[in-house]
Amino acid sequence: MIVADYQTNRFPTWCPGCGDFGIWGALKTSWVKMGWNPWDFAIVFGIGCSGNMADFIKVYGFHSLHGRALPNAVGLKIANHKLPVVVVAGDGDCYGEGGNHFIHTCRGNHDISLVVHDNRVYGLTTGQVAPTATQGFKSKSTPDGIIEVRINPLALAITQGATFVAQGFAGDIPHLTQLLIDSYNHRGFSVVNVLQPCVTFNKINTYMYYREHTYKLDSSHNPQDKISALTKVMDDERIPLGILYKEERKTYEQSLNQIATNTLVEKPYNLNLNSLLNEFK
Amino acid sequence: MNNLPQQTLTWKIGGEAGFGIMTVGLMFSKVSIREGFHIFDYVEYPSLIRGGHNVYEVRVSSNEVYCQERKVDILVALNQETVSLHKDEMKDDSVIIYDNEKTKISATDFAPSVILLAVPIAKIIKEAGASLVMQNNVALGASCAVIGFSKETMLLVIKDMFLDKGEQVVKDNSIAATLGYDYVSNNYKDKFAKKLTPSKTNDQIVLTGNEAIGLAALASDCRFYCAYPMSPSSSLLHFMAAKADECGIVVKHAEDEIAVINMGIGASYGGIRAMVGTSGGGFSLMVEGLGLAGLTETSLVIFEGQRPGPATGLPTWTAQADLEFLMHAAQDEFPRIILSPGDVEEAFWLTVEAFNLADIYQTPVFILSDKYLAESHKSAAPFDFTKIKIDRGKLITSGNTTDLSKYLRYQDTSDGISPRVIVGTKGTYFLTNSYEHEENGLSTEDSSQRIKQVNKRARKLVLYENNLPAPNLYGDMDSDITLIAWGSTKGPVISALAQNNYVIAGKTVNFLHLNHVWPLPRKAISNILSRSKKRIMIEGNSTGQMGKVLRRETGVVVDDYLLKYDGRPFYEDEIIDKVTKSL
Repeated sequence: MIVADYQTNRFPTWCPGCGDFGIWGALKTSWVKMGWNPWDFAIVFGIGCSGNMADFIKVYGFHSLHGRALPNAVGLKIANHKLPVVVVAGDGDCYGEGGNHFIHTCRGNHDISLVVHDNRVYGLTTGQVAPTATQGFKSKSTPDGIIEVRINPLALAITQGATFVAQGFAGDIPHLTQLLIDSYNHRGFSVVNVLQPCVTFNKINTYMYYREHTYKLDSSHNPQDKISALTKVMDDERIPLGILYKEERKTYEQSLNQIATNTLVEKPYNLNLNSLLNEFK
Repeated sequence: MNNLPQQTLTWKIGGEAGFGIMTVGLMFSKVSIREGFHIFDYVEYPSLIRGGHNVYEVRVSSNEVYCQERKVDILVALNQETVSLHKDEMKDDSVIIYDNEKTKISATDFAPSVILLAVPIAKIIKEAGASLVMQNNVALGASCAVIGFSKETMLLVIKDMFLDKGEQVVKDNSIAATLGYDYVSNNYKDKFAKKLTPSKTNDQIVLTGNEAIGLAALASDCRFYCAYPMSPSSSLLHFMAAKADECGIVVKHAEDEIAVINMGIGASYGGIRAMVGTSGGGFSLMVEGLGLAGLTETSLVIFEGQRPGPATGLPTWTAQADLEFLMHAAQDEFPRIILSPGDVEEAFWLTVEAFNLADIYQTPVFILSDKYLAESHKSAAPFDFTKIKIDRGKLITSGNTTDLSKYLRYQDTSDGISPRVIVGTKGTYFLTNSYEHEENGLSTEDSSQRIKQVNKRARKLVLYENNLPAPNLYGDMDSDITLIAWGSTKGPVISALAQNNYVIAGKTVNFLHLNHVWPLPRKAISNILSRSKKRIMIEGNSTGQMGKVLRRETGVVVDDYLLKYDGRPFYEDEIIDKVTKSL
């Protein structure tokens, strides 16, 4: 497989310069490196500029509803836990509309890789504020500036039980590609938050902004150190890139004896139905 | 059916929550079926964990029983409140079993022929050194002795019900029940006129509507059940969860009903049969997901157990007021099928059918039940599992030799059903899309593509309608009056008519029962109703929802309504009164 093998005949509808191009490129490159054919894995897409990627990729795709990609992915994973499942979602999608699902998917440690396009704004609905926006950010829906403080998705993921928490930048495709590959190879729920400039509706969190405010985690950071990871993700001025937190914990699917050997979808059906009647006699 | 005179009675026990009313009620039902009788039981309780008034009644008969009875033959009062609330339900020759040291009974409240049978339940328990929680077993023993059920049968039921809790639990319960049984045998032998003689009915099972649905789901190869607790659907979640390990299925209690339906959709997309369950309030949260299943053409079985609403409503009571909600839930138009079983047998077989329909038509299929059916036990012949045919529809599996290189997920076929490939099948891939899409699944806003897909989806329902079975008509085709009901109201109507041989006040009466409630078998219904002279619609809501749907779909106007929306099921006498007054 080469990168072009994953592309449909539709050219992306994103604005020129959109960070989504970088994420799209990193995703395709990561699959080439994983050696995945289009039928070797599945992607569940949320709704938004991020989810519109569904039309541009040749793969088993499920273009879900706004906010609901994670529960669709959880159901799919339970049905066929041997199939790698990736979720491509947006910040409003996953941390706003689907915020409850995000928390509970972390708790369950379902073996899913979540890739969130975090541009701190709603692009597809033409520029309203996202839950990741900095307090005071002015948008069409918050002309006087957003009153709420920003959600901290990485801190939330770490504290709610995600076992692989990382942050990438749409402007650094090789680094993001490696994070994605690491997330696929991790057994458990992986959250990869991708800082993604929206060139049309967010004039503050630009490529330049992220180049000035981010730094790459080096070997001095121990991803097993939860407190150190939390300290780093709480800093809004110096934004870390890399694997912040990693823990080995049984996945949801590994905890189910029913599917210890075969997946639900491949298991033969052999219930002794008449014995089920005994309790009703 | 035997030719002996019908033997029948209604037994009712009341007490506080926490007194083990539900347990003793089910034990009484099981003793009854093992003594060769049919039963129907009905419970009333408030939405509380402790306290409040719980009532469990069992109607026992040598013939099939379809519903609860207003009057009781044996009332077991475990507290004072039971006497005061139910003293007007006595028949002339009824018995009240009560603890004379705890409960005061005024003989003037009752006809002289009513037998006041004092059993010092608490004292018996105390003298035996047993725990007061065992008083329900003393009551069971006393009841069985009054009726003439065998002590051996009673003790076998206790053993079977408690064996998984250990020998000691079986022993404690057995001792208490025996004490109650012996007390009545020694002190009140043969006082009760309606003693039952063991009947010869073949082996039966006794189960609730929810248990029948759960059993059918397992028998239909459902491999994933997802729910969020809500009365009266929770007992289905508990049943499925208890069976998960043994049956190798996965049961998930998700974070909310939005997640529930989306996990169900995800699992079905993954290739397995999936079911989700809730009540009307939870289904309100699922509505968005219903549309997702409709547009993505994902097979899904949705169980909805109705209770009175809106909002929190009356959590532990019954209703039939969600029909129009389910018919119209979610924006725009897409095919859906709603089945509404009338009793435990229909609950079983319609669930089997629901899974096949979901797979064949690749669309959501509802099982619309209610608290009355969900939690009432009925005796039934054991289900014949060999009659189950699993039909997964146009499913292309890896074993098929179909060329997948040109596969189109939403292919515009003549019957509207596009062949389906399970995600992960090698050699192809496709997009399952919540946006309107082309045949290949990619998004489109093109006018002709949109029209093509809307029409394709709509054709699926046309095919279904052409294959719909005719509704059941009970009684003679040509009768003076036709009663119409859907879902669980079947029981009281059938019972009211059967005991009057389908003649009320000199008029012949028949009964049209609808269990395929959306879409309706329109032609068959209008053929039947166009011949009836007077039509009375009986349903558990305040606006006559099915009556309105019938008018819209068949042009038939019903002449009169019997509506009930107080959370209680219909009673036979209400139906007979309605027919009598409508003449």
